[in-house]
Amino acid sequence: MAKKISILVVDDEESVRDSLSNWFVEDGYQVECAENAKKALQLIESSYFDIILADIKMPGMDGLEMLRRIKSLRNDAIVIVMTAFASVNTAVMALKDGAFDYVTKPFDPDDLSHLIRNASKQILLAQENETLKNKVISLDSVEDLIGNSEAMKKVLKQVESVAQSNTSVIITGESGTGKELIARAIHANSPRKYYPLVSVHCGALTESLLESELFGHEKGAFTGAMYNRKGRFEMADSGTIFLDEIATISPKMQIELLRVLETKTFVRVGGNKETSSDFRVICATNRDLKSMVDQGTFREDLYYRLNVVNINVPPLRERLEDIPLLVDYFIKKYCNAMNKPLIIIDEAAMQRLEEYPFPGNIRELENLIERAIVIGNGKKITLKDLPFGKDMIDNSIESLDDFEKTFIRQILNKYSWNITRTAKALKVDRVTLYNKIRKYDLKPEE
Amino acid sequence: MAQQHITLISYGYFGKQLLEQIAEAVRQEFKFPVNFKESHLDLSEFFDPGRRQYNGNKILHKLDSLAMPDSLKTIGLFSVDLFIPILTYIFGQAVLNGQTGIASLYRLSNERYGIEPDEKLLPERFTKEVIHELGHTFGLIHCMTPTCVMRSSTYVEDIDQKNRNICHLCREKLPPVIPYKIVG
Repeated sequence: MAKKISILVVDDEESVRDSLSNWFVEDGYQVECAENAKKALQLIESSYFDIILADIKMPGMDGLEMLRRIKSLRNDAIVIVMTAFASVNTAVMALKDGAFDYVTKPFDPDDLSHLIRNASKQILLAQENETLKNKVISLDSVEDLIGNSEAMKKVLKQVESVAQSNTSVIITGESGTGKELIARAIHANSPRKYYPLVSVHCGALTESLLESELFGHEKGAFTGAMYNRKGRFEMADSGTIFLDEIATISPKMQIELLRVLETKTFVRVGGNKETSSDFRVICATNRDLKSMVDQGTFREDLYYRLNVVNINVPPLRERLEDIPLLVDYFIKKYCNAMNKPLIIIDEAAMQRLEEYPFPGNIRELENLIERAIVIGNGKKITLKDLPFGKDMIDNSIESLDDFEKTFIRQILNKYSWNITRTAKALKVDRVTLYNKIRKYDLKPEE
Repeated sequence: MAQQHITLISYGYFGKQLLEQIAEAVRQEFKFPVNFKESHLDLSEFFDPGRRQYNGNKILHKLDSLAMPDSLKTIGLFSVDLFIPILTYIFGQAVLNGQTGIASLYRLSNERYGIEPDEKLLPERFTKEVIHELGHTFGLIHCMTPTCVMRSSTYVEDIDQKNRNICHLCREKLPPVIPYKIVG
């Protein structure tokens, strides 16, 4: 049941207090009365009132002074001032000082009902707004960003510092490392969080589709354009646009994108009117944009426009210590989603996961856990629930060399690049290991 | 022990037919026997010469102080213009969860608003007003259901929009009904 609206009536005349109190009680409100401003302020300090209905002329502190004091205590308080006909000018002053409305005594029952109804609506809207804001915060919360490793802490620190600004950000990292989550985290912690975060997967769209998707189109702009349609830049007004796989966009789109980023204005496809939008850009790519610039496949000016801040999301193999946390998180997530009791993972399975290089990164780990919960016995994830061995198909490894490179790097990392211990673990001599390191251009990570 | 009943006291002249119509409606709505009484009250002490109206608060307090112990609820029926200090007029008022209420015919007639008189509408409005105030004495507050008699009416036309009955939501809030026998 909704909370009762509470009203404080402040008037030095007892008959007025009684009349209003009776009237409001019959309307189902919670009412308290105060005979002067001093007592009213004491009540306001100790209890919460949704609406304060106060007389302007009272002995001692007058209603205007009381209004100012109430506003300094609670800026959102809804204060309605009651005034005699002769003091309407004072009532206007009260409005300027933040009163919600004023009413001239004596008032029509209907006016009073309307006034209180309007004030109640305002309170309910404010409450609804607060609830929705909280919902938005929880929707955009970044609980999926799991990690205690130094590498992840560094990323989160970057997210925190960049979120408050309006600068463009490029998020780099291998496929499956959670670049979109980082973009969400930046948006959710930015002043733009109550506005949309609009995501566009540039790689999934052809040039003409991407153009219409980003800039919108006018009716009849092309076959099938039956209606006017807003583009993603327009939708992201006051919010953030996230351009995933930015490296895949064509040279023509690169020029158009650069122009939009510089002017924040664009023209819908088939239209001739310039539209402006206030958006923040976050891009992501798993490619090395700098080398693409060097090769001439990505515009240098666009690169510098986008790359104000670069956040590199580390691959999972560089934060192996986060694996238990992530496993735990995914088990909870999928057990809840599948309505299953929480299960555990046995030591051997966990160890196997910690040794695995995860070329598909967190996405791969998530899929492994989801699969294990689906096919497992419902009590414990064991080695046999994990698709390692003959079932294991690692899509990112396409050759024996790829496999060897990944495996050697993993063991080197495991032994902190101690060549003797790594060679011993791999059962090869040190010279062979050196040769392999040179062949695959392996380097210790910073 | 005396049978519990609701008392309607007329202060001023009201036609017998009107009083019977109200009594029957009250009986049906609250399932209590209804007694009539005629009485006299010197209204001059409640008259506000500045407003040329009668102070409803003071009248209600007076009636409350005169309340009859054998009457479960008492409603005073008036034909004068009532006000309370903060409002320009009222149709009636009651002590919430108390014993007494008042209702006036004064602002319920069409003529008051320059409209053709309606012989059927006036008693109907007055009946609704009496049941409404009685509802308050039984602890009912204003109801949002458009047709419920407990809906707040600030204009006379509002009264016409509602029925003379208490809606099922309000009825659930009423105290348990004491069965009665119609005597005589």
